[in-house]
Amino acid sequence: MPLPLARYLLRVPARQPRRTSRRRSIPQIGKAPTGIDGFDQITGGGLPCGRTTLVCGGAGCGKTLFGIQFLVNGAVKHGEAGVFVAFEETAEELGRNVGSLGFDLAGLVGKQLLAIDYIKVDRAEIEEAGEYDLEGLFVRLGHAIDSIGARRVVIDSLEALFSGFANEALLRAELRRLFGWLKDRGLTSVITGEQGDGALTRYGLEEYVSDCVISLDNRVADQVATRRLRIVKYRGAAHGSDEYPFLIDEHGFSVLPVTSLGLDYAVSSERVSTGLAELDAMFDGGGFYRGSSVLVSGTAGTGKSSLAAQFADARCRRGERVLYFALEESRSQVVRNMRSIGLDLEVWQRRKLLHIQAARPTVFGLEMHLVTMHKAVDQFRPHAVVIDPISSLISSGNAHEVKSMLVRLFDYLKTKQITCLVTSLSAGSGNEDTEIGISSLIDTWIQVRDLEFASERTRGLYLVKSRGMGHSNQVREFLITSRGISILPVVIGDAGVVTGSARATSASQLEDAARVRERDAARRQRELERKRGAIEAQIAAMRLQLEAEEDDSRAVDAAVHDREQRTADQHAALSHNRNRPRSPNGRRS
Amino acid sequence: MTVAAKRASRAAGRASRPRRTRPPRDAEYLLRLYVAGHTAKSLAALANLRRICEEHLAGRYQLEVVDLLENPALARGDQILALPALVRQLPPPVKKIIGDFSSAERVLVGLDLRPVARGGAR
Repeated sequence: MPLPLARYLLRVPARQPRRTSRRRSIPQIGKAPTGIDGFDQITGGGLPCGRTTLVCGGAGCGKTLFGIQFLVNGAVKHGEAGVFVAFEETAEELGRNVGSLGFDLAGLVGKQLLAIDYIKVDRAEIEEAGEYDLEGLFVRLGHAIDSIGARRVVIDSLEALFSGFANEALLRAELRRLFGWLKDRGLTSVITGEQGDGALTRYGLEEYVSDCVISLDNRVADQVATRRLRIVKYRGAAHGSDEYPFLIDEHGFSVLPVTSLGLDYAVSSERVSTGLAELDAMFDGGGFYRGSSVLVSGTAGTGKSSLAAQFADARCRRGERVLYFALEESRSQVVRNMRSIGLDLEVWQRRKLLHIQAARPTVFGLEMHLVTMHKAVDQFRPHAVVIDPISSLISSGNAHEVKSMLVRLFDYLKTKQITCLVTSLSAGSGNEDTEIGISSLIDTWIQVRDLEFASERTRGLYLVKSRGMGHSNQVREFLITSRGISILPVVIGDAGVVTGSARATSASQLEDAARVRERDAARRQRELERKRGAIEAQIAAMRLQLEAEEDDSRAVDAAVHDREQRTADQHAALSHNRNRPRSPNGRRS
Repeated sequence: MTVAAKRASRAAGRASRPRRTRPPRDAEYLLRLYVAGHTAKSLAALANLRRICEEHLAGRYQLEVVDLLENPALARGDQILALPALVRQLPPPVKKIIGDFSSAERVLVGLDLRPVARGGAR
């Protein structure tokens, strides 16, 4: 029996019906969810359960908040009590600090879900006389943990110990003991540490924490600060290894995973109108797919915003909600400008179908933009989103960051089946390349451009691509009039499609030609008429002649007949006279 | 003023300068020793401490021993972190000494029984 033997040698459990129970026996690292938006996604569930995690970073990067939120969410969402050991702030200070984020620490303490132990370390007060250890810390920690049955521990920040005790060797030994102790007790713990020069922490705490290390960072680039989080190590579990932007706002800590959403969203085959029947016709007659991402790119003044507004207007007309992010114009400016092309966005705003959110790109960092957009989408629950223009986001980040932000935004919108139309200013004329290089993220790409012909500028529009549907390959001229955008029919002149005044010239030429043709036809008709008249006259004359000849002929015949008659009569008379008896005179009568 | 009197007053002045921050010679000492269990270290600390106290504070000290394994909540009040720890409750101000008290000199400095400048403790 070779198979069981091989199984035995390889220590592979034989396939048995009770496979699930066997599988359960394979030890795996459990995850303790932090409840921090996005963080649990990138770590596949949270922090390693029953292990110690080091959170390190510079001053003001959010280490303490991470710890607090880990405990508060654990208590509120998962019913796991937690102990916060504070070396830096008293319980009252902590409570006040996070009160603005809506965390009620005192309330949790009252409910026995949280214990805060403030440990004051002051070297000046303490005289060292001989050997000691940190058993007191263990006792206090153990007491706090046991008093509420804590499953989670945060120590912020352990490095304060290094300033409190002179004997660093002893301290290190005790720290090692502490981490072992925490692990033995199966506590999921978070240790914070200040960033050091060229090292993760100032006192090398990372040496002792081998399970999970998270680095927080607050970097300033071009005067815009961006917070980033990186999982330096996470033993025994797959994790996202990128630097993830995160932010701290009125709801606390949230991490924005780039790829957390993946590419497994459902798609719709429903079409939504572009707002222009002629443009719909270019998309196989239907318009965009619902939930697709649409890019309108072009150089300055080619009508990108107008197309976007036309789309928004069309959606609102159908009773759908549209969220319009104006990154270059104020709300009232958008409304005024679009009124000039006959779109009354004010009405839709009043009916709560349209929400215009205007913010300069430089007002905050990209991540903040992304999050405000996320939040606006969550609150307004739109059917369609317009961002005008995305190219200006470059000013608050580099192209790569903007791209990664847009990937996340598009992914998010796609999962919600929200159609997204964005505009982008492209640099050169007719340049089929967006500055941000997002073309690969885009399902449908409309390019608007100047058509220069015969010292004249007209607007042209064509479809670069449209995934999943047939689409026109024509460049169509369009006009922006006071009654909206109109896409003109294709006019083919002598040298292909003509636009602008050439279109007018071409039209008048055609008219002239038609007039000439008409005139010619009329003349030909008249000539034919004349010819017919002449021929008919000839026919009449000939007919008259024929009649005359017939008359003549009839007259001759009659004469001949008369003569013949007479001759016959004469003959008859003669024969009669010959046969009659003679009269006395001897004559015949 | 005689030379002897001058010398005496000078000596008194010299002695009185550090004594200003120190408790008076006959002050009652209230000491509290924190330990965690009957470990070798805590037993050694207690023995060392008793010896030092008998030697320098005979008859005017009270020593209270707190075992934190029995009363862990008490650690919080005196901000106890390292053990064994001795807290001088009286006379004020509160003083803390940590260690097994194997160095009597440091204990005396910590208890303000010996001035830092004199005695060559440092």
